[in-house]
Amino acid sequence: MSVLVLLIFASLVVATMFLSCFIWAVRSGQYEDTSTPPLRILLEEPRGPQAGTNCKTEQNNKT
Amino acid sequence: MGLGQFYEMRPRPGIRIGRPRTGQWDCLDEPAVRAKLLDFADERCAKVSLHLPAIHCAACVWLLENLFRLHTGVGESRVNFARREVNITFRPAQLKLSELAALLTSLGYEPVLTLGELDRPAGEKDASRRLHQRQWLQIGVAGFAFGNIMLLALPGYLGLDRLSKDWFQALAGGLSLALAAPVVIYSAADYWRAAWFSLRQRALTLDVPIAIGLAAIYGQSFFEIVSGRGEGYCDSLAGLIFFLLCGRLFQRKTFDRLAFDRDYKGFFPLAVTRRKPAQPAIPRPGPPEHGAAEESVAISQIVVGDRLLIRHGELVPADARLVCGDALVDYSFVTGESAPVSRRVADLLHAGGRQMGGAIEVETLKPVSESYLTSLWNNEAFRKQRDDDLNSQTNRYSRRFTVTVIGVALAAAVFWLFVDASVALKAFTSVLIVACPCALALAAPLTLGTAQRRLAGQKAFLRNAQVVERMAEVDTVVFDKTGTLTTSRGQAKWRGEALTPSEELGLRSVAAHSAHPLASRIHQALGVNASSPPVLKFVETAGAGMEGRVQGREFLIGSGAWLRSRAVETRVEQAPHDNGSVVHVAIDGRHRGYFELESALRAEVESLIASLRGRYQLVLLSGDQAREAGRFRVLLGSGARVEFNQSPFDKLEVIRQLQAAGRRVMMVGDGLNDAGALRQSEVGVAVVESVGTFSPASDVILDAQHLNRLDAVLAFSRCAAHVVRAGFGVSGLYNVVGVSIAAAGLLSPLVCAVLMPLSSATVVLLVVGTTRWMARRCLEGRRPARESGAGPVGDDGIIPMGLSAKRGCP
Repeated sequence: MSVLVLLIFASLVVATMFLSCFIWAVRSGQYEDTSTPPLRILLEEPRGPQAGTNCKTEQNNKT
Repeated sequence: MGLGQFYEMRPRPGIRIGRPRTGQWDCLDEPAVRAKLLDFADERCAKVSLHLPAIHCAACVWLLENLFRLHTGVGESRVNFARREVNITFRPAQLKLSELAALLTSLGYEPVLTLGELDRPAGEKDASRRLHQRQWLQIGVAGFAFGNIMLLALPGYLGLDRLSKDWFQALAGGLSLALAAPVVIYSAADYWRAAWFSLRQRALTLDVPIAIGLAAIYGQSFFEIVSGRGEGYCDSLAGLIFFLLCGRLFQRKTFDRLAFDRDYKGFFPLAVTRRKPAQPAIPRPGPPEHGAAEESVAISQIVVGDRLLIRHGELVPADARLVCGDALVDYSFVTGESAPVSRRVADLLHAGGRQMGGAIEVETLKPVSESYLTSLWNNEAFRKQRDDDLNSQTNRYSRRFTVTVIGVALAAAVFWLFVDASVALKAFTSVLIVACPCALALAAPLTLGTAQRRLAGQKAFLRNAQVVERMAEVDTVVFDKTGTLTTSRGQAKWRGEALTPSEELGLRSVAAHSAHPLASRIHQALGVNASSPPVLKFVETAGAGMEGRVQGREFLIGSGAWLRSRAVETRVEQAPHDNGSVVHVAIDGRHRGYFELESALRAEVESLIASLRGRYQLVLLSGDQAREAGRFRVLLGSGARVEFNQSPFDKLEVIRQLQAAGRRVMMVGDGLNDAGALRQSEVGVAVVESVGTFSPASDVILDAQHLNRLDAVLAFSRCAAHVVRAGFGVSGLYNVVGVSIAAAGLLSPLVCAVLMPLSSATVVLLVVGTTRWMARRCLEGRRPARESGAGPVGDDGIIPMGLSAKRGCP
């Protein structure tokens, strides 16, 4: 029976991993706009230069 | 094939968009305006988010996200399609904000920047974003805990715990309590807060029994597990909160594209053209000179005494005096009067009027915030918070419910105190646990949320789901006339002697020279013809008429009084109609007849009124002159109240009187002049020509082409209210069964774990199924008056890919 303890904790660890993935997804804004990404997959060209990268990191630090 | 080849394959795709006026966006570079608009700025880069209503297809997303190819100063740009918004990072050293706006305008995506944008409190966007994220996180945490606790509880339900030892029970119980703690503290936080708030307001909303139930469940579970008497109800608790949160998310459907809270600031542009001082102050007739020193300034920076240049189609931003030019001002948005009025030099112009015709110059007399129109927003109707949600059907029901449950729980406890004191506490908490109104709390949100989605399919967009409930209780419908029941696209009927084709052609040419709306309607009425003969000696007298020579013949078009002043005998007795405007025509000094320009009723308004007449008290409030009073008295029937010459303040007052007489009022209007009445009424319905355009603050935004289906919308909302009541009834039955078991002291975690999801699931299926069926019966039986020109547009306004080019993708 004691193997159950191991299994329970293993399943909890896996579930916690999924929960943290979900929290990361929500925090990074993936649930904010659900209508544009489906349109974006139609565009084949490589994405533009990430010129705003500096800007973004600084803003994230600010908030 | 990627969209990159779109422009290569079609050398001339779409339509040509007008170029931006030079200096149109200059005001964006003012430090004060710039700081308000930018989300972030330093020397090297800046971020701005702009509202572009023209976004409508996947190609728009592609074009806007590839802006960096058009200008090196642009960094990343991201489109939010649902909001019709683009977030752009750019280098201010290479590209000024005004240049960015001009670039977008030249592509056909003119940013809409209004005064409201500047006055928005900082951080508002962030706050709503954080709230949205919190909702999802709360559900995630609750779902995580629900699944894991269920896993731990299953051995107990299957009787496997007899095989295991005590330490396993203790472990499972402890883990369940630990997993349930964040659910109770974090996921259910809003219920604690709402319950505390409603207790302080001395109103028993449904949140109170929910909070009591949650506290009872967690308390009882804690007691049982710690004392080793049982396994507790943690699985039911986590499940309950998870389902409640899902129901709440479903109900909180918002239409990102629509704004329900606009005040006058949403209508006024961000900037106007100011003429630099040191201009001659002498009033003079004639159009203002062009090329003189002009600057684009933000409206908030206008001070009294400023000289403003108002072009064709622009709004007068503040009460002002006309300095030069011929003003022909369309006040339909402010007063509801459909015919534009002409003003002479030195006349007063009220804020909110739209100039038709040439450019004028005005001198402001009052600041923007103190003008006649904007003072409507100082009325107390706009200041008081609406509290009618506390009186909704759900909350009336929950008040009775809460009192009953606490009564039964106390009675059970007192009964068991005398019979068997050891069961008393258990019976008390059991009643509270079972009665926790999960099914009840889900019935209303799911019904109303479903109803809201179904109505959106019919182009009636509701601010929130509770509006359905309020709509069901309406017993008086108040209509505005201009723009709501009527459109300005009415017929122009010719009455008088028949005209020869060459006379018609001449008339058409003369009418084409004027920007007056009546003239352009006459022009349209005479048909589209490729060749129009030239007009000589064209003279227009503002507010009176116009004259011109075509092929040697003299044409006079104008009011009867003006023609008489030009020594033309008009046979007035031929014009007895008092509905609509009349424009007389004389050719070569002889009166030939007149055009009758009716304001046309929208399609099927008659049948709408007829079907509403029996059930609702009807009222018509118009800001218009009483020209058409007779026609509308007949249309609305003898029982209706018809009032003309109503100022925006009068309309508000009429609604207030009706409410004082115990009526529940729905106001159907379209303009800023209805803003006060829309706000004061129980349900304000803004009628818009195309969804997504500006509309005053309201509860419902209704597509004008679907106005004829207002009766179906009202009938459907009454059905939805019945469904909510039926849902309450069913969950009430479950509660009677559950509470009987609980009061007898027989409640076990297994009974609880079965009864709770079972009751919730049946109620959910029942209400959603019935609402959808009702929607099919009430709403989808009839078709809209006209098929909308937009074609096959999806629920969110997304147009299928293949059709985008037809819409004229820039």
